[in-house]
Order: sequence, then C-alpha cells, then structure tokens
Amino acid sequence: MAKEIHATIPEGDLKDKWSNYKAHAKLVSPNNRKKLEVIVVGTGLAGASAAASLAEMGYKIKSFCFQDSPRRAHSVAAQGGVNAMKNYQNDGDSVYRMFYDTLKGGDFRSREANTYRLAECSASLIDQAVAQGVPFGREYSGYLKNRSFGGVQVSRTFYARGQTGQQLLLGAYQALMRQKEQGNVQLYTRHEMLDLVIIDGKAKGIIARNLDTGEIERHGAHAVILATGGFGKIYYLSTLAMGCNASAIWRAYKKGALMANPSWTQVHPTSLPQSGPYQSKLTLMSESLRNDGRIWVPKSKEEQRLPGEIPEEERDYYLERKYPSFGNLAPRDIASRAAKEQIDAGKGVGALKNAVYLDFSDAIKEYGQELIAERYGNLFTMYQKITGIDAYKEPMKISPSAHFSMGGLWVDYDLMTSIPGLFAIGEANFSDHGANRLGANSLLQACVDGYYIAPYTLQNYLADQIQVKKTDVNHPAFTEAEEKVQKQLHHFINQKGTKTAEEFHRELGKILYDKCGLSRSEDGLKIAISQIQNLREDFKTNLLVPGDVEDINSELEKAGRVSDYLELSELMCIDALNRNESCGAHFREEFQTEDGEAKRDDKDFAYSAAWEWSGEVSSPILNKEVLKFEFVQPTQRSYK
Amino acid sequence: MNSFSLLSEAINNRIVMKIHLKIWRQKNQNTKGQLETYTLDDVDAEMSFLEMLDMLNLKLAKQGERPVEFDHDCREGICGQCGVMINGIAHGPLKNTTTCQLHMRSFKDGDTIFVEPFKAKAFPVIRDLKVNRSALDEIIAAGGYISVSTGQAPEANSILVSHEEAESAFDSAACIGCGACVATCKNASAALFTSSKISQLAKLPQGKKESNKRTVDMVNRMEDLGFGHCTNTEACQVECPQDISVLNIAQMNYEYNKAKLVK
Ligand SMILES: Cc1cc2nc3c(=O)[nH]c(=O)nc-3n(C[C@H](O)[C@H](O)[C@H](O)COP(=O)(O)OP(=O)(O)OC[C@H]3O[C@@H](n4cnc5c(N)ncnc54)[C@H](O)[C@@H]3O)c2cc1C
Ligand code: SF4
Ligand code: FES
Repeated sequence: MAKEIHATIPEGDLKDKWSNYKAHAKLVSPNNRKKLEVIVVGTGLAGASAAASLAEMGYKIKSFCFQDSPRRAHSVAAQGGVNAMKNYQNDGDSVYRMFYDTLKGGDFRSREANTYRLAECSASLIDQAVAQGVPFGREYSGYLKNRSFGGVQVSRTFYARGQTGQQLLLGAYQALMRQKEQGNVQLYTRHEMLDLVIIDGKAKGIIARNLDTGEIERHGAHAVILATGGFGKIYYLSTLAMGCNASAIWRAYKKGALMANPSWTQVHPTSLPQSGPYQSKLTLMSESLRNDGRIWVPKSKEEQRLPGEIPEEERDYYLERKYPSFGNLAPRDIASRAAKEQIDAGKGVGALKNAVYLDFSDAIKEYGQELIAERYGNLFTMYQKITGIDAYKEPMKISPSAHFSMGGLWVDYDLMTSIPGLFAIGEANFSDHGANRLGANSLLQACVDGYYIAPYTLQNYLADQIQVKKTDVNHPAFTEAEEKVQKQLHHFINQKGTKTAEEFHRELGKILYDKCGLSRSEDGLKIAISQIQNLREDFKTNLLVPGDVEDINSELEKAGRVSDYLELSELMCIDALNRNESCGAHFREEFQTEDGEAKRDDKDFAYSAAWEWSGEVSSPILNKEVLKFEFVQPTQRSYK
Repeated sequence: MNSFSLLSEAINNRIVMKIHLKIWRQKNQNTKGQLETYTLDDVDAEMSFLEMLDMLNLKLAKQGERPVEFDHDCREGICGQCGVMINGIAHGPLKNTTTCQLHMRSFKDGDTIFVEPFKAKAFPVIRDLKVNRSALDEIIAAGGYISVSTGQAPEANSILVSHEEAESAFDSAACIGCGACVATCKNASAALFTSSKISQLAKLPQGKKESNKRTVDMVNRMEDLGFGHCTNTEACQVECPQDISVLNIAQMNYEYNKAKLVK
C-alpha cells in the first residue's frame, strides 16, 4: 500500500500563502548567523543565488561545483529567456495568469501553492538581475523588451540576446564572488559530492572528492542544499553538459530522501539532430526560434528534392495544421511528439531522416534578414559552426532531444526534502513544473528558489539549530560514508574489465530513448527494466577504468555518474510503468485520446509519485502526494 | 527522435581521415611534460575536435594506457571550460570558435595536429591539457560586480538603459572566461578578460557608481596574480571565441586613469 505524504502548505487563499509564510517564519538574529554553516552543492542559478543571498545575510557558506569555475554551471547554456510577470506589454498578464499557464502547461500535475509562488516572485528577479547589470534586451526608449515563448499567449519572456542563462548566471556568480571576497563563502571548485552524511536523522554534511587530486574530503554543516541541476544526460545524447549528473540527488535518495516523478523528462523539440555514432551531445537551438520559424516536413516519404525546391502545397506544416491556435508555438511536449510522429512515419529529413525543417524564409521575406539577424544572429552562427550550413539560405534541421528533468528530489513547500536539513532547489527538485515545463520557466524557478525562497525557508529551519554545535567530521557517520565511497571507487578501478563507462552510458541512453522517452508502453518499459538490470550486472564486473583512485581521473568520475544512472534509470521506468495515464511529457501509448493526444486520469493519478529507497534498486516504495486543486479546476489541456 | 537504425547508412557515406596527433602529456605542475605521438585511422570529418579526443581516449583506455586529461563541459561554446592550443593557436584555426565547436572537417586526411595546454604563468598545468584558471575568478572577486544584495533592487524599468548602451554592454559581457586571450598573449596578460567586465559594468548606468574602485581593484589584482602587462599587440581579440573587442582595453585604461585622477 502506498503511503500518503503531505507538503506542509500554509493556510489561506492562494495569493496570501507565501506572505503568510514569511510573516510567521522563524528568524535568526544577525549575530547568530555567522555561527551557522550551510553547504550549497551546485553553483548554477539556483546554487549561486542561494549561496550569495545566504552569505549576504551573514551565514557561513561552503559552495561546491564540479567545473573549474562556478560560472560554468550548465545554467550558462540557456539561450532563450526567462519569464516574469511584469505585464510591461499590457497584454493581459497577471500573477494568476502566469500561475495558470504554468499549471496548465504542466498538465495539472504540480502543486498549486508552489506554482503560484513561482509566478508571484517572478517580478523581483528581473529587478534584481537588472540591478546586477544583466544586459537584457531593450527598446530604443530604454525600457525592457519582451518576447513570447511556447505554450502561452502573452509576452512575458525577458532575454539577453541568445545568452540569457549565461548573463543571469554571471550576475549570480559575481554576487557569489563578492561574498567570497568578503570571507563569507568558501569555494570548492572541481569537487564532486559523492555522499550525504546524516547524523541523528538530520543532514549534516557531505563527502566530496577533490577532482584535481582524488582526495576524499569530509565537510560538515548545519544544513545542506542540493542545487545540482538536471539529469537529462542520463539519455546520453541530450542538451545537457557532459558532466551533468544525478549523483548528488541519487545518493541522497539512497540515504532516505524521496524521489518524485523521476520519469518526467522534457524532450525538447528544437535540438540539432544526431549526425553520427561518435556523437557525444546534442546542441539545443533556442525555442525562441519558433516565434519566427515555421516547422514542416515534405508530404511525401519519397521526397528527394532540396527544401527550397519543394513547392508549398507539397509541404506539411504539421503544427500549424494540427494546432491552429498555437501553431509553431505549441508547448514542447506536443511539438516533440508531433515531430516524432512525422519522423517515425518516414517523413524525416536529412541524411539520417531524423529531423524536421525549421524554416525562416517567410520571416526573412516579411521582416528582412537584418531584423532576423538581430533577433537570432548568434543562434544562426552557432548553427553554421556546428553543421556548416547557412540558415539564412536554407531551413535548419531540428530534432527532439532529452532536455529537462521535471522530476527530482521531492520537496515540501519549504523546498526541504524528506530528510530534515536537506533542501533541494532548482532543477534538482521536482516542484513547480508538473509533467511538462513551459519554456523560460526554469531559469526563473532556479533563481526564485535561490534568491527568494531558500533564504527564508532555510532560516526557518536554522532558527532551531542555533544551539547546535559545529558538526564534527570525525563522527562515525562521516567515517562510514567515506568508507563506502572509497570502497565503491576502488571497486570501479579493480574490475579491469573491457567496457568503459562511456560505452555503458551510450547503451543505457539508447534503451531510455527507445522505451522511456517520448512514448512509453507497458511492454516496452518491462523490457527496458530487464535490459537495464542486465547492463547493471555487466557494469559490476566488466567495467574498465584506467588510472588510480587517489589521482586526477576523468574516467573514474564518469564511472561514478554512470553507476548512479544505471540505478536511477530503472526507477524512471518503474515510475513510468506505475503511471497508467498520459500527462504532459509522459505519454503512455495505452492512454491516448482518439486523435492521439495525452489522456489524463485525474481520478487515479492526480498525485506526485514520491519514491522511497527500500535498500533494493528494483523495489522502491511508492508514496503519494495527492494534488488538491482548491483554486483551479483541471481541464483537458488543449492547444488546438 | 534521433534514430539509431539509420546510423550504419551514415557510416557508409562518411569521409574518413587519418590524423596524427602530437599531444602534450604532463603528470603535474612539478614534472616536466613532453609531446607524445598518436595516430587515429578512423576520424570522421563530421566529428567535433573533442569527439576526436574521446575516440583517442577510448583507444588508450582499451590499451591499458592513461587517457589524455582535458577540460570541457557544455560542448556548445558557452561555458568556457574547454580550450587548448591547436597547432599553436588558442582554440584552433577557426575564428571566433571554441575548441569544442571546432570540427574535424577543418582538417585534412594525413594532417599532423599539435595539441598543447593554454600556457601562462598564472595558469599552472594540472595534468596534460588541463590548467588551473582560477586566477580569472580571483580577478572577478576583486570587484567584477555591482554591489547589490538580494532584495535591494529597485523596479527594473526605473533604470533606463538605451538600446545602444544595452547592446554595447552585452558585447562586453559576452566573455566566457576561457582564458584564450591570456594563452595567446606573449605577455600572458589578462587585459581583454578583465577589461570586458570593467567596460560592461561601466557602460551601464547602474554600474557607473562603483566604476573607479572596481577598475583599480581589478587591475591591481590582475597584476598581483602574475598576469603580464598589455602591450597592445591585439592578438587576444583575434583568438577570442566571443570576438571581445580590444576597445574594451582602451576603456579600461581610460577608467583606470580617471580613477587615479580622482584619487
Ligand atoms: C541547453 C539548455 C537551454 C536551456 N534554455 C533555457 C531557457 O531558455 N529558459 C529557461 O528557463 N530554462 C532553460 N533551460 C533550463 C535551465 O537552464 C536549467 O533548468 C537551469 O539553469 C538549472 O539550474 P540549476 O541551478 O538548477 O542547475 P545547473 O545550472 O545545472 O547547476 C548545477 C550545479 O551543480 C553542480 N553539481 C552537479 N552535480 C554535482 C555533484 N555531484 N557534486 C558537486 N557539484 C555538482 C554543478 O557543478 C553545477 O554547479 C535550458 C537548459 C539547457 C540544457
Ligand atoms: S576575452 Fe575572449 S578569450 Fe578572453 S576569456 Fe573572455 S572569451 Fe575567452
Ligand atoms: S565545452 Fe563549454 S565552451 Fe567548450
């Protein structure tokens, strides 16, 4: 029997909940704050903004990332923009509308209170970023500019050319470096968290490996925040960076933190297609391109002509045809599935027939090449660098690719996991996007979690820790965790098998794309589970990791990440199998409407599945957080 | 969906090259390094440069040898983590391109390619092609920010920034912190990197207030960290993947002199 869990949502009307919370949250007096230490793992938008904000308040912060500088966290790669409710365009936007768009975009599978808070706090983020010097796009008058993004009918997206993530991250990174200079933050770059340490039921520290030396280190604190980003890299080919991983959250899961809706992965419709078997990652082309680009495939499977030679009437602008009111701006899950449908039907384009066209010729005719270049110039340049093709002259070829993890560590309204003192923010948690995330909402979520929520909720927790002494890293819990980590690393090295971690990872990625990707079925998922189990068995004895543990060793780093992926992937399949409905990005072939759209089952599945570690990878325990819709009535999502 | 079934077909149509590599191998900062020679027979022209190194590393691992350590993460030209000298040029032969965005179609069958780390006094080698660039973070820590804490910000549209100012600030802000400018400079100066941040913030109304202090602190820190002096050779902009303009250096000098006058 599944247990029911609750999220400690404050009382009151939707619009009062967060102010009520803040009005009653416990505080720590300024002179006590410097005695309290907080570990923040991750320096992306979520981690850097939380670490900087908490340090500004006076807490002592230890900040970790695996890259060589905090500025390189994968938030840096976000191109398109960040949403915020400013209603600068006077086009009818409001906090409620933004909340509703997000909830509906997520196919009514997120928590009302959290989603509302995201919209409510969004405006402050833009204020903060502008004050930090983020060079957002401006009108000639000097006012901020906006664009529209998939899945909504207002323009609430702010952007800094095609580098919104980079520019927002630099703002947060610079705030972090300012606090480092003031002595409030200790930076641990090139460090990877390999375990969570729990003492008396509370999160008290981490075990980390110094990637430059191989040394295993113990770090204690009064609370731990995980801001370790998404795990879409589990599909091997994805839009994520090579080092993105699930290790921090997975190891926290194995220490008792619940993992929610792990199978909900957003597959982005506009990435570049795979070009060969050696390929290591896929590059995203910002979804903002869909504002001006038209998506189509040839009507005939046999089509051999160049795109420019195919007459209008022999093209199928399938999104415009199927979803007339949203057209090319249909939400991502819908756009990706529609592309897959065309590709599976043999109408894909390109050498591998694995892509669809994204065509700018009409936009260039209407607005001129100069304006299109101003809007998307760097994306066109990037496209040319990667493919060698000039997209001003011929359409881009795009294809769906694994992109964003809606699932992640389960958190309550305070963004605290089921382990007291362990918080999860940004993409690492599961909270705000339901079964599908709207474009430009996740930079927002990472920032709102880090700048505006964690500083309050963490303080509320820390208020009870003032009397608690500094964590002793010689506590047996640290020794035990460290020994476990050491043992695993030596096991990887000592196998001396024949397959590298990368080779295992590629195989896993293929299984997941085929059976737990855009489309899932009971049979497929069952096969996937047994394939993953076999792969995991092989990984136990046949892994090849050259080099040593106590040394710099990239292959060893990969082995740890792949090892966790080989376990998490099974949980993803179990989660997808459990959910006998289709919602958002989770499309179960058995559950679809007559015209092939996702068919939700609100009676049986209006809950978040929060899985609990049982000691065995294959038999997790299901907990349910029932989603109560008090303020909004879920409807059938339609973008037609 | 990226289909796997057609991959074999692609394999038949591809252009395959033989590539000789001379790669810098160095155990750590305290040992001497040297160039080692490797040959790959099966390099696909559509591979990225880093995928070619992946291929080499796979081969080395299978032979029981240590793979080549190199830095990379996003592999899409934005995080600034990758970066090596390729035939003596930072990030290789293409203009305004990071190492990760370079593809093997830029080389020919039979080519010999020299691959070395970014070398500079302030960038000690960690292993092989990996260097420590944390000095760049230290320069930012010295003052590369607007001192505004969370919660202090006024309403965003109360700070007007003209379109031209915003675009120009963006041009400076586009630096990805890769360090190619330093590696390329015969004086190992970080002037391009440092000046891009100084000018970005000086161009914006909200950043002007602190400009004097920021400029002096960052420039002093840059010198303390062992970076050389800029002698205006302008080699940095040529190899900068973001095409950061040397005009930023001129603006830094202007801001610096202005700050000194005020003092
Ligand atoms: C290509 C791309 C484009 C995108 N475009 C947009 C967009 O236009 N708009 C939008 O809203 N969203 C976009 N997104 C999504 C958005 O960028 C991310 O969801 C968001 O930036 C995540 O931020 P984060 O702080 O949670 O994680 P990240 O920025 O990924 O940071 C994770 C941090 O955790 C650290 N870390 C991870 N594991 C460990 C470990 N085990 N030990 C130590 N440190 C660890 C890393 O070093 C890093 O510092 C995009 C995503 C991608 C991939
Ligand atoms: S100025 Fe250019 S070369 Fe120098 S660090 Fe920045 S992006 Fe790299
Ligand atoms: S790997 Fe990120 S810029 Fe090259």
